[in-house]
Amino acid sequence: MFRLDRQDAGLLVFVAVITLFAPILLNPFAEGSAMAQFNAGYPDLMQRFVIFAIFAIGFNILFGLTGYLSFGHAAFLGIGSYSAVWMFKLLSMNVIPAVLFSVIVAGVFSLVIGYVCLRRSGIYFSILTLAFAQMSFSLAYSVLTPITNGETGLQLSLSDPRVLDGKTTTGALPETNLFGVAMNDTLSVEALGRVWQFSAGYYFCAVLMLIAFYISIRIFRSPFGMMLRAVKSNQQRMRFTGLNTRPYALAAFVISGMYAGLAGGLMAAMDPLAGADRMQWTASGEVVLMTILGGAGTLLGPILGSGFIKYFENIFSKINDTILHQWFAFLPDGLENFVVAVIYPFVGKGWLLTLGMLFMLVVIFLPGGLIEGAQRLRKLFARTPTGAADRRAPASKPAE
Amino acid sequence: MDGLILQTLNGLDKGSAYAMIALGLTLIFGTLGVVNFAHGALFMIGAFCAVVMNGMMSLSYETIDPAQLDFLGQPMKVETTYLSSWVGPDLSAALIDWSVPLSLLLTVPVMVLIGFVMERGLIKHFYKRPHADQILVTFGLAIVLQEVIKAFFGANPIQTPAPGMFEGSFDFGVLMGFDPNAIIYPYWRMVYFVFSLLVIGAVFAFLQFTTFGMVVRAGMADRETVGLLGINIDRRFTFMFGLAAAVAGVAGAMYGPINAPNYHMGMDFLVLSFVVVVVGGMGSLPGAVLAGFLLGIVESFASLNEVKMFIPGIDQIIIFVIAIVILLTRPRGLMGRRGVMEE
Amino acid sequence: MAGAGLAMPTIFTGASWAQTDNYRNKPTGDTVTFGFNVPLSGPYADEGADELRAYELAVEHLNGQGDGGMLNTFSSKTLDGTGILGKKVAFVSGDTQTKADAARATAKSMIEKDGAVVITGGSSSAEAVAVQALCQEAGIIFMAGLTHANDTTGKDKKANGFRHFFNCYMSGAALAPVLAKLYGNDRRVYHLTADYNWGWSMQSSIENATKAYGWESVQNVLTPLASTDFSSYIAPVLNSGADVLVLNHYGGNMVNSLTNAVQFGLRDKQVNGKNFEIVVPLYSELMAQGAGENVRGIVGSSNWFWQLQDPGTAAFTKSFGTKYGFPPSQAAHTCYVQALLYADAANRAGTFNPCAIVEALEGFEFDGMGNGPTLYRAADHQCFKDVLVMKGKENPANKYDLLELVEVTPVAQVMYEPDNPAFAGGELGTCNPGA
Repeated sequence: MFRLDRQDAGLLVFVAVITLFAPILLNPFAEGSAMAQFNAGYPDLMQRFVIFAIFAIGFNILFGLTGYLSFGHAAFLGIGSYSAVWMFKLLSMNVIPAVLFSVIVAGVFSLVIGYVCLRRSGIYFSILTLAFAQMSFSLAYSVLTPITNGETGLQLSLSDPRVLDGKTTTGALPETNLFGVAMNDTLSVEALGRVWQFSAGYYFCAVLMLIAFYISIRIFRSPFGMMLRAVKSNQQRMRFTGLNTRPYALAAFVISGMYAGLAGGLMAAMDPLAGADRMQWTASGEVVLMTILGGAGTLLGPILGSGFIKYFENIFSKINDTILHQWFAFLPDGLENFVVAVIYPFVGKGWLLTLGMLFMLVVIFLPGGLIEGAQRLRKLFARTPTGAADRRAPASKPAE
Repeated sequence: MDGLILQTLNGLDKGSAYAMIALGLTLIFGTLGVVNFAHGALFMIGAFCAVVMNGMMSLSYETIDPAQLDFLGQPMKVETTYLSSWVGPDLSAALIDWSVPLSLLLTVPVMVLIGFVMERGLIKHFYKRPHADQILVTFGLAIVLQEVIKAFFGANPIQTPAPGMFEGSFDFGVLMGFDPNAIIYPYWRMVYFVFSLLVIGAVFAFLQFTTFGMVVRAGMADRETVGLLGINIDRRFTFMFGLAAAVAGVAGAMYGPINAPNYHMGMDFLVLSFVVVVVGGMGSLPGAVLAGFLLGIVESFASLNEVKMFIPGIDQIIIFVIAIVILLTRPRGLMGRRGVMEE
Repeated sequence: MAGAGLAMPTIFTGASWAQTDNYRNKPTGDTVTFGFNVPLSGPYADEGADELRAYELAVEHLNGQGDGGMLNTFSSKTLDGTGILGKKVAFVSGDTQTKADAARATAKSMIEKDGAVVITGGSSSAEAVAVQALCQEAGIIFMAGLTHANDTTGKDKKANGFRHFFNCYMSGAALAPVLAKLYGNDRRVYHLTADYNWGWSMQSSIENATKAYGWESVQNVLTPLASTDFSSYIAPVLNSGADVLVLNHYGGNMVNSLTNAVQFGLRDKQVNGKNFEIVVPLYSELMAQGAGENVRGIVGSSNWFWQLQDPGTAAFTKSFGTKYGFPPSQAAHTCYVQALLYADAANRAGTFNPCAIVEALEGFEFDGMGNGPTLYRAADHQCFKDVLVMKGKENPANKYDLLELVEVTPVAQVMYEPDNPAFAGGELGTCNPGA
């Protein structure tokens, strides 16, 4: 299927099925039950899952294959968002031109930045990318305010020209759409005590994520992918054989930059606002963490890693002491207070603490990232691996 | 002219902090080959040692004074420090006044201990792991450390004032024949600069003039050969980690009076200190110190109004511009060694 | 594939399906959910924690627990401790991280997952503007928390958003006469300004307002937001011929720049034959705590202060102090009041329909909430009330007693027309019920 071998096709189908049914799968707990807090099946978070998956898949093409650790990829995410919002402001609320434009602009920027940064390798390369990204962030926040709207972020306004759409007359801002289907249209179905929300925007992102995933599989399996792996394992030897590795590394850099631009464009398409925060070094660090946490150099790892981090950020931070007291209301008063007092520092405002500890635990006990955990689990339960396996890119292979 | 002298002075004390953090980072890079993202957190913990010292000295018991009322109209609780009931109000006031310098007595053992525990308990297992894993685990540790501090001390900055005799500023301008007030410089920043020179000098002297230091330097150059010679390099590396942690810690503790410590100050310094280390060149201790002071001074110059008039916003990005220029003209930073962290 | 399922949706929540009593997240059970969107991590975490405390207190009072707080002093009497329109108030909370993106993510989850009818809170203008725009698109009411930039009810104002807190223009208008009275009419000012939107509008507000009193701006220097050490910006101040330094900084920036300014001994100096003075246009209790002794004698403006003498303030300070053991901050006050104002508006409107609530709040005049008679102006959804000028106390009794009141500036003096150039450029638009 799609010129993939059986295993890869299986993997793609597996991911496709999961994303297709995500609105149902991510809502395992009945509405109103104590566990409903852990449901993640609402449009915004699902969109974030797939958008950050795109970001991490792209990052993995650079880092997982070539070993070049970029600490500035958030800059391309931000550039993608700004480009998309400008398209919404100037041209049309249709998401297609916006997303295309954001990919192209991010591609151009990554070509220039990549060309400069790839003159160095190792940590020198990392610091160069970091420097470019931090410069973009600082300038976007202050000096470039006419283009980026600085602190408050670039937004739509009623007075935007929107050449193709014409003026709005209703006094309400127009919505981003795909040929008339608004991105925030949501089909809500109530069944089995759960509310399943099928959002148009989510499926738009999900389709693009599957395409991005497919391209990534093809790159991993292509001679080009082999070449990138060779760059990682021994660049020196490649050079001695008379091969110039830089064009290959640059191609990988630009591809991953365009992935980041796509993710940024989609973020703006789901929610038409672009802020400078998106370009800060912490955001660049986040995608590094997602990739390593999931399993760098594996196909599925980055998707797992991004989902893991976004889940914590959005679900654990919302658990407050009132909710804890509800959960443990069945305990005697003194014990209830004690249990809540013990757990409270790790949820709500302490969600980062839990995330930090999990980072440490995962990297200490699962050197190959979450994907290794998944593989160990599968080995435990099924002796014979199934078609969905990702066997040819062993997860336990170190990230460099 | 006076403006340039002024900004050089400013750059020197900014540079002192950068240089001390970068020195510790390079010690860890150079000796252990570990990328330590928790180093900023160690600096922050050092600063909080000063906070704790101040807090311990001000530990107090409450007595209820019915003559005064609190904001809810209830009798006011009056606090008296234990310290003053032990040593008398005068001495206790003097001790509290000097709590920041005194806190070094607390900071050094605490930081060395933290360094030992970190190296033996965690970092040791990551020597053979890829740098990416080291980044992930130390970054996780940095988050944990800073969130723990936040849980105990809150997110708000906590003032740790300098001793009274170092308050205010000194007028260099008059000394050098400029107008009064042209070149003023706070006493504590001078103290900090001198302190940093002492610390840096001590570390260099230790590495240069002791047998222990010589072995460590040999280990930095070629760990395997030193190991083959039958020297227990591991134990020395543990010690070096403790030393690096202590340098970061004292840098943080003494930094408190310049800017009030808060739980995220480590992250604020982290990125900058990595830039400093890399600009200085991986694995080079003099490079780290040189780059620290250089970037501090350049940053100060960029904030001159005369410079900002020509290039608005230059002070926001100058560090990164300099980093890019240096890395593109000198492939391994100012004094980096070939082959360190280049793969 | 995935797209096929979209072709024939049965129930849309898009804007085209408007019906009169059909609006987003209409509460169906016996509770109504508020979304408290406050920073719990990052540099403003303590401010966010105080906001959350105030909200929890407000929910208690609305549901009839505790001593009722401002319910007893509020001029509108629809709130009686039985919840709102017969429904008990429930709430969800989230972490904005003081980032626009994260704030929108948590707000969206409250709207999409928890069915919140109102989003409230926040401690920066970037958050407020971002979440306000989101609520406008989603058809939810936004009651802003701490946001001081002019844009929130100026260029970026939205029909579904309301701001109780004051703004840069009001700070300038309140401070200028007091500064002239304290420091004289002939002053030369050096501005250090945080290099982003809020900083710029703060600086221009102060510059414009003090101009009328003969104050002249010598220099305006923009400082990077990420700065932690301001020494290289403070050091040249004394030699510039200025005799007043205005620090247009907030939060950690302000704590550090003020600490540095005091360190350089600026306050002990004489320039042009006058004492050198420092002004901090926007004060908050938490910043004052962070800056410690450095705030002594420094003048700035505030939205509210727990030592005010009116019955509303007394009632709120009493219930907050009794529950938590320390006095509330101005952020806590604004958030508490915003929650009550929303609840009251819903009661008066008889529905949670955002458009009805907008109607109930527009032009609403009230009293007994701590700032004297207050107006929610219809034209821009900004509250107009007295503004406080504060000063750092010379001899604080404890760590909550750091500021003292200098003057209560009457509302008439800080009033401006909706078309004031500092606020021009945006349109309120029409209210959006989201269904």
